[in-house]
This record gives sequence, C-alpha cells and structure tokens, in this order.
Amino acid sequence: MAQSAEHVLDHFELFRGPEYQQMLANKKKMFENPRDPAEVERIREWAKTPEYREKNFAREALTVNPAKACQPLGAVFASVGFEATLPFVHGSQGCVAYYRSHLSRHFKEPSSCVSSSMTEDAAVFGGLNNMIDGLANSYNMYKPKMIAVSTTCMAEVIGDDLNAFIKTSKEKGSVPTDFDVPFAHTPAFVGSHVTGYDNALKGILEHFWDGKAGTAAKLERAPDKKINLIGGFDGYTVGNIREIKRIFELMGIQYTILADNSDVFDTPTDGEFRMYDGGTTLEDAANAVHAKATISMQQWCTEKTLPFIADHGQEVVAFNYPVGVSATDEFLMALSRISGKDIPEELARERGRLVDAMVDSSAHIHGKKFAIYGDPDLCYGLAAFLLELGAEPIHVLSTNGNKAWEEKMQALFGSSPFGQNCHAYPGRDLWHMRSLLFTEPVDFLVGNTYGKYLERDTGTPLIRIGFPIFDRHHHHRSPVWGYQGGMNVLVKILDKIFDEIDKKTNIAGKTDYSFDIIR
Amino acid sequence: MSLATTQSIAEIKARNKELIQEVLKVYPEKTAKRRAKHLNVHEVGKSDCGVKSNLKSIPGVMTIRGCAYAGSKGVVWGPIKDMIHISHGPVGCGQYSWGSRRNYYVGTTGIDSFVTLQFTSDFQEKDIVFGGDKKLVKIIDEIQELFPLNNGITIQSECPIGLIGDDIEAVSRAKSKEYGGKTIVPVRCEGFRGVSQSLGHHIANDAVRDWVFDKVTPESKPTFEPTPYDVAIIGDYNIGGDAWSSRILLEEMGLRVIAQWSGDGSLAELEATPKAKLNVLHCYRSMNYISRHMEEKFGIPWCEYNFFGPSKIVESLRKIAGYFDDKIKEGAERVIAKYQPLVDAVIAKYRPRLEGKSVMLFVGGLRPRHVIGAYEDLGMEVVGTGYEFGHNDDYQRTAQHYVKDGTLIYDDVTGYEFERFVEKVQPDLVGSGIKEKYVFQKMGVPFRQMHSWDYSGPYHGYDGFAIFARDMDMAINSPIWKKTKAPWKDVPKPKLLAAE
Repeated sequence: MAQSAEHVLDHFELFRGPEYQQMLANKKKMFENPRDPAEVERIREWAKTPEYREKNFAREALTVNPAKACQPLGAVFASVGFEATLPFVHGSQGCVAYYRSHLSRHFKEPSSCVSSSMTEDAAVFGGLNNMIDGLANSYNMYKPKMIAVSTTCMAEVIGDDLNAFIKTSKEKGSVPTDFDVPFAHTPAFVGSHVTGYDNALKGILEHFWDGKAGTAAKLERAPDKKINLIGGFDGYTVGNIREIKRIFELMGIQYTILADNSDVFDTPTDGEFRMYDGGTTLEDAANAVHAKATISMQQWCTEKTLPFIADHGQEVVAFNYPVGVSATDEFLMALSRISGKDIPEELARERGRLVDAMVDSSAHIHGKKFAIYGDPDLCYGLAAFLLELGAEPIHVLSTNGNKAWEEKMQALFGSSPFGQNCHAYPGRDLWHMRSLLFTEPVDFLVGNTYGKYLERDTGTPLIRIGFPIFDRHHHHRSPVWGYQGGMNVLVKILDKIFDEIDKKTNIAGKTDYSFDIIR
Repeated sequence: MSLATTQSIAEIKARNKELIQEVLKVYPEKTAKRRAKHLNVHEVGKSDCGVKSNLKSIPGVMTIRGCAYAGSKGVVWGPIKDMIHISHGPVGCGQYSWGSRRNYYVGTTGIDSFVTLQFTSDFQEKDIVFGGDKKLVKIIDEIQELFPLNNGITIQSECPIGLIGDDIEAVSRAKSKEYGGKTIVPVRCEGFRGVSQSLGHHIANDAVRDWVFDKVTPESKPTFEPTPYDVAIIGDYNIGGDAWSSRILLEEMGLRVIAQWSGDGSLAELEATPKAKLNVLHCYRSMNYISRHMEEKFGIPWCEYNFFGPSKIVESLRKIAGYFDDKIKEGAERVIAKYQPLVDAVIAKYRPRLEGKSVMLFVGGLRPRHVIGAYEDLGMEVVGTGYEFGHNDDYQRTAQHYVKDGTLIYDDVTGYEFERFVEKVQPDLVGSGIKEKYVFQKMGVPFRQMHSWDYSGPYHGYDGFAIFARDMDMAINSPIWKKTKAPWKDVPKPKLLAAE
C-alpha cells in the first residue's frame, strides 16, 4: 500500500504503483478481450502514413474532433456583453448546462444563463408556454435589464417563432411590454459558435435600432463622433477588450464597445457574487446607431452584423483578429483615419518595443514550421504574425472556415515568401490535422486545449492559443491584440521553443553541451 | 464551530423553514407553488425527505440539470473505451461533453480506445431536411475504415434525431449484419426526453439490455473460467480513477472483478457481466435498471455499496462479503485491518482541522448522500443536500441512512435558491459542480467540485479517502479565504445565524 496520510498520492502517482499496475494488467488480459498488441502497433503506424491520410481526407460524413462548437454558445457569449442581460435559450435545458460549463471551464468564472426547459410535450405542442412561463420566472428572479433570447436546434426543428412567442408572452404579462427582449434564431445545425455570436449581436442591435420588434419608432440616425468596436467570439475577451479600451483612451477616441463582456468574465472574489457586471449599456447599444463607424475585430464573427450596420449609414471595417506589428498598424491607422485623431507617441513607442523584441528573438523563430487551428479569424491573425516573424504556418485549419476564408488565407500566404509552402484547410477537423502532422511534420502546433491529444500522438509541441483553454489558467486575462498583445504572443511562442530546446538538451553528459543558460 | 452544535435542532428547523419561505417569495405564484414541493426540512423518522423529485424543471429558472443525452453519452456509454460513440446530430453536444468527465482509462487512444475522441455526424441543415440515416450509414463505413480496431459503435441521439424521425434502429441492424454481427447500438437519448440526465441513464441501460445482453443467453458459456467469487462493479465511472481504487479492495478481499461499468469498461466486460455471481452497485440512480434486469433474467443478485469514507467502506465490505463464504468474509476483515492504520493516520491528521465544519451539497444522483459518511468521518456535518436528478427512492435512501434531523433538502435547486441558502446558512464548504463553483468562491465560500473532484481524485476506497481528506482540508483551510475582503473594507459581518 503506497498511500499515506503524510504523503497523499493522488491519481498522478497512485496508479503507477505496482499493485495497481498489476491489477490493470490482469484486468486487460483476462476481461477486456484486448487486441493483439502487434496489431495495435501496426494500425498505430499505419495511421501515420500518407495512405491513411488519403483515406482520412476522403471522409465525407464523419467528423472527428472538430474545432468548433454550436451557435447558441456564441449567442450566450455575445448576450452577456450587455448591461445586466440574462441570456435565455429557448429549447431543452441540457444545452444551457453545457454552455455554462464550457464558458466556466475556460474563464474560471460563473456563467449565468437560463433556458425554457422544453421537454417532450413542448416538442409536440411547441414551446410557447415554456416561453411565457420562462420569461416571467427569469424576470422576477434575476431582475435583468434585458433578456436576450436565442434558440437550440430543438426549437428550430419544431419551428418555434421567437418574434411571435415573445409578443404573446408580453401580452400575457410575462414581462412589461416595454421590457427589452431581443432575439435571434441560432440553430445548432447551421454554422458554428461564431455564427451564433453574429446572429445574437445583430438581433440585439436590430431590436434597439429598428423599433423594438414593432413596439417603438425606428431610431433616426444622427451621426456623432463615436466609434463602435465589436470584439467577436474571443477566448481572450477579458484582456483584449481592456487593451482596446486603453488604446482608445490613449488616442482620445470616443467609443462604444458592443457586447463588452470583459467584466462579466472577470469579476473579483471579494465576498460578493456579481451575476451581472459591466457590459455595454442599453442606452449605448441604442445610440451606437449614431456612431461614425463600426470596427469588427473578427470578420467571420460579424458577417451579418456589419452589413446590417452599414445599411444604417455607417462605415464598417473588419479585421481578422489583428496580432502583431502590421495588423496592429493597420488597426491603429484605421482608427486614426476614422476618428481624425493622431496615433500618440506612446503607441509608437510600444510598437518599437514589439519590433525590438522581435529583432532580439526572431532568430529562434525564423524558418520554424507551424501548424495552426481555430476559429477563422484567429487562424488568420496568428498566421499573419508568424509570417511577420519569418516562420512558416504550414498547415492552417479551421473547422468553421469556409471557401472565402480559404481564399483569403491563401492570398495571405501568397503575399509572403514564408507562405509559399503553406496551406489552408477549411471545414476540416483535428483528426485531419493529425494526419497532416504525421505526413508533413512541423515544429510547433498552435491551438486550444484539445490540441494536447495531437501533441501526445504526434509529438508536436503545443502552444496554447485559442478557445477553449481548459487545462491552463488565466491566459484569457492577457491581451493578444495590439502591440502589447503581440508581445504576449511572442513570449508564449518563445517560451515553448526554449522549453523544447531545454527538454532536448537536458541529458547530463550526453546532450547537455547545448543546455545553455544564455540565449 | 458548526451551526448545528451551537443551535438547537428546533432553532435550525425554524430557520430553515423560514429560509424556504423567503426564497419562494421571489417567484410568481404558480412557480412558487411548484418549487415549494421541492424544498423541505428533514424530519427524523420520516421515510423520505419530504420533497417531490424527478419532475420537470421550471422554464426560466437556472436549473443545474442536464439532459438525457448527457446521461447516456456523458455518463453511461461514453466511458466504454473500445467502442466508438457517435454524437449523432449537430456538433455542440459532442463538443461540450468531450473529455469533460475524467473517466480514466488505459488504452491506445484513437487506435483501440476512443473515450477522449469526439465523433459526431455534425448535422447540417440538409440533414435536418432530408434526414440523417444515409449519412449515418456512411459514417459507420468510414469508422470501420479509419478505426478498424473498434469493438463496437453506439449512436447517441441528439434532439433533432427524434424530431425528424430518423430510423437509427434500422440503420444499426443493417450495418451490424453487414459487419458480421458487430455490436452497433442505437440509443434514443435525445435531450428533450424526460426531465434530466436521469432518463438518459435509464435509456442507456435499456440499450445495454436490448442490444448487448440480448445476444448473451443465460446458458451461453463465459469466455473465461468462472469462479464462485466473480463480481461486477456497476455504476462506477472511474472519475479520477475511482473504480480502480474500489476494485483493488474487492480483489484484495478475494473476489474477482470480471467487469467494470462503465469507467475503463469494455464491450467484453459488458458481455461478461451476466456471468457474475453478484453485481455490486455504486451509483444506484444511473444503473439500478440494468442491475434489476440481470436479477430478473439471469438471477444475479445485486447489492448497493458506498466506498466514500472508512465507515461506509467497512459497512460495504462486510455487506458484500455477506453474499459469500467465510473465505471472503475473512478477506473483508483482512482488508479492513490492513487499511486501518491508514484510516487512523488520515483522521488523526485531518480531523482536527475539519472538526465541526459544515457542508452544503448539491450534486447528481448518488453523491448528495454517499459522501455524507466521508464528511462525518472527518468530523464534519452536512447541513443541506439535494439532487440534480434524484428520484423518490434516492430521497428515501437519504432519509433512512444518511441525513440528520433538520437538514435542509432542496431538489433540483435553482441557482437563485442555492445562492440564498448558502448566503444565509453560511456553511464552511459547498460541494457541487463547475457551474456553481465560481459563484460560491466569489462569495468567499470554499468549494469543491463533487462531480469531477475538482480535477483531483480518486475519492473512492481507502486510497481515495486520503485524497478526499486532503482536498477538503486544502479547500477550507486555504489561507486565501482570509484575503477576500480588502483590509480597509474588512468590517466583520455579524454571522447571521451562528450563536457563537
């Protein structure tokens, strides 16, 4: 017995003890009907081959380890970016349990959201009564200023009409008639979480700008000097939005962050649970119609929202998750052009510091090969930064990327001598990536927590950037946008590179001649 | 000091009753009426906890519950390691349940084991319109080609499958035939079915019965030489290795574990189970159905056990041994004696740090009662408990064997109720899930996740008890809890209800 009170062994060590190892070996041999180890080995090797890759890429129906989630997650993420807003998902309750868990596991924060708890009877008769009761209950219990409704696939398949349901609920007195209940249809079988973000945000703006579902007059646009900024679905929203605000303030720009969820996913531990914190005020959401322009930090998260805004008379500009020097330059110059404000010296100095850091370190990154996967904009932003560093983003894969994304990625590769051997893979999953890493190996992999399985199987060191990050803590608090953010990304990449060098050179008397303390 | 030791039972009961009335005030009348049935104060001697359970959650409240899919794929089927479990429908359900339950297993992932992979049919709009059966056929073919060492396949239905009327049973039968009798199991666990995870467990059990056991006749020979001491572990999901720290005790007492469900389980073990002499059942709620079925069809007795904390372990080892001869009975005593020094040392170290601390629990379908003994072994007291998806028989077991007079009981608690209860009762520790964790920590209340062991574990068995004790100590006695108030704001709040 290895266990003791003085030195408590948990799963990390406990099961490595001989008594457990023996037990597990017996279990396998006698009861699991295991495959012949030689056969397991043969298939394991076969799965690394070009032949397997070909079969793998010929898949038409099966998806294995996709790097995307479903629409309502994005809708919930966008909705909590508004002041005292309770997301309400019309459909079965299990989905909401999943969204809340998923967001909590990434941000290590509470995630509040309700559902209309539809079950079999609602599947047969429709979910109207669930909506009527649900809105009344959540309004009374959680005293929100706004309830933002989205749907699950269940409600979509049976065809529940949110507009009509919300109207009827108000007539039945669930919530006051002038209470804000924006909505968006967010079927899980269309697009991904970034689509849901887009739909929910558009739904909320539409509600305020276009007459609150026929209950108020449409807003008349009276142009002002403000700039709206939309962050998009972003695992770094806490650090990124705060960095953007700092930049706006340095430049003296009047701004509105739309769907600002940076505070609700970063509340203090001080004895109080804040179910709502921060967020775009409802007044600002409405007044955003008057802004001079709207900037989206993620094109693919705002495919419907931006045209909607443009139709209301504003200039719209979309970026692709700007990381690094050039992307931040472009972002700042656009800000400057739109606002008429100069880019302050302080930001120029920050730029110089990032360039300085890249000069100091690029020798360690230059020519290194990377694979990247994640949301379409994130992939673009990271690939652009790697090209800037003289690295080669060989495989860039986005499960929720489409044809247009692929073209844009290929154009990016074409613009750089380091992009000549790089390839974009839209609509593929992490099992495809596994084949890519075996057949065309790279030095490093960039992606979310699920990439650790690829790291284990293919031996490609993983640099964790993306969503979700479950198995590392607090990354979301640091920005990846702006020059400061570029610095954070650079350090993250370099730390992994140096860790790998150390790991490969730490055998005393054998490889440690390169185990340098100065680099 | 704990509240209970400084207040009379009558005072506690009065306080708890008042609390219940208070939380009900916030609801619209109809909702308050429905919720009132789920909240109660336990009266000693009553046969159950006096709450209604397994009823629909109320729309618009923040229920902690999941769905039937979560119960089937996430709990029962997902951990069967050598089978591929297809999340059939849109991408989300499979994604959110991917790798999140820590069902430890040993195997070559992606080659002969598949627990931490996410297989989905990733339904698109056209699949909803035209149906997904053809796609499912193709998926099974592609699985056979790319994962040839899989020992079977399950199809875990998500909401749309039932709504659009896909015939996954027909697909399963046809493909099974085509692949030489391969086990392919359709599971109708659409998320809208039933009121919680619980129906998913039942549906999953029925699928084992109909699509695995029905191939095994009572007369068929086992694939191994049977012994009189063959048992199966039922209802242990091997969270952080729980089933392993349980199994080792059963084997040390002389029993032979021929199957383990479903954590680190395999299809061969499922098939072997009807040859057991006794099924030992840990999570009653999720797997009593299949245990009862085996009793009826194969004549295998089953007994519940509880391996949380030494008191319950001792009780359970003797109870299990009671089904066997003196050799096993002696074996049980030998195991108890062997681990007694560890138990003594763990209690000597941790009990002084935890004595008198109070706990409020809210978990799934077994732990709200099962872990109470472990807390009591450490001198702690559970002052409130309730189930996400328990049924009346769970509350009976709780009342008759676990909770004390005056305990606050809350079935399918809403986020709102739970927060108010904790705020007023001020327990020293809350044990619940990820969705609750950060809420209470923000409030300055120590917390442990009692679904996932907060990424620690195992908690079962003697080895697990040492970890459990350490974890509760580190949660409650972390120095960080003294820092939650800024010193310039640190005016002590009067403890509302403690009469210290």
